[in-house]
Amino acid sequence: MTMKVGSRQVDGVTIVDCSGRITLGEGSVILRDTVRDLLSKGNKKIVLNLADVNYIDSSGIGELVSAFTTTKNQGGELKLLNLTKKVNDLLQITKLYTVFDVKDDEASAVKSFK
Amino acid sequence: MAMTEQRVSYTLDSSLETIDNAEEKATRIATELGFGDDEVMQISMAVREGAVNAVLHGNAYAPDKKVTLAFERTGSELVITIRDQGKGMDLSKIPNPLAPENLLKTSGRGIFLMRSFMDVVEIRPSSTGTELKLIKHVHGPTAGGKEASQ
Repeated sequence: MTMKVGSRQVDGVTIVDCSGRITLGEGSVILRDTVRDLLSKGNKKIVLNLADVNYIDSSGIGELVSAFTTTKNQGGELKLLNLTKKVNDLLQITKLYTVFDVKDDEASAVKSFK
Repeated sequence: MAMTEQRVSYTLDSSLETIDNAEEKATRIATELGFGDDEVMQISMAVREGAVNAVLHGNAYAPDKKVTLAFERTGSELVITIRDQGKGMDLSKIPNPLAPENLLKTSGRGIFLMRSFMDVVEIRPSSTGTELKLIKHVHGPTAGGKEASQ
């Protein structure tokens, strides 16, 4: 299953609903393009909803890191929402769970932005 | 691959499709061998990462270079070998991705993930390419039963 994204606005925060696989190739490119497009349009409060992302490889992990640092470097914030167990485990073993702000419900994720 | 076969190998192009193909083969074979869902995921992800290294870093997508992928069932192990025809890059020298200074790097986690998911990871670079060996011990009554029936 290839990756699909859709974005929506909630109280000034952009929620990006992702589904499928974030892997080397198309999945990583779609995520990269989506975040860059949002930032270029001034949307700097971003939540990646990964509830329907069932697989991420090392390239996908790298793309999440890139999205996080790119957003931060432009004065924004990027948070993760609704991790599946597989993705959660991957972020734990790579110690990235300590880097990302991970939320498990959308309302609190939206409220957490300054 | 029939489960009665002890070894099967594939010669694959240096393409993105090969990476997905290798992962799919690993998933199927690990499932057939009776590994549990979590172990199947670990094996398939390790093979995917190995294939990524072979296609990207080893063969650098060169159309004239191939990736060889082999699965071998020994008595108590699944042994997976991935060979490329690159310059023999020493992948073991990649910095520790868990070090604080490396946490925000966007690459360099493939070998770490393989080592996290497999029981043994051996990397043998040479002037004619790199050989990666991934070993997963067979656990559980299902896998043991298949072994006993052969």
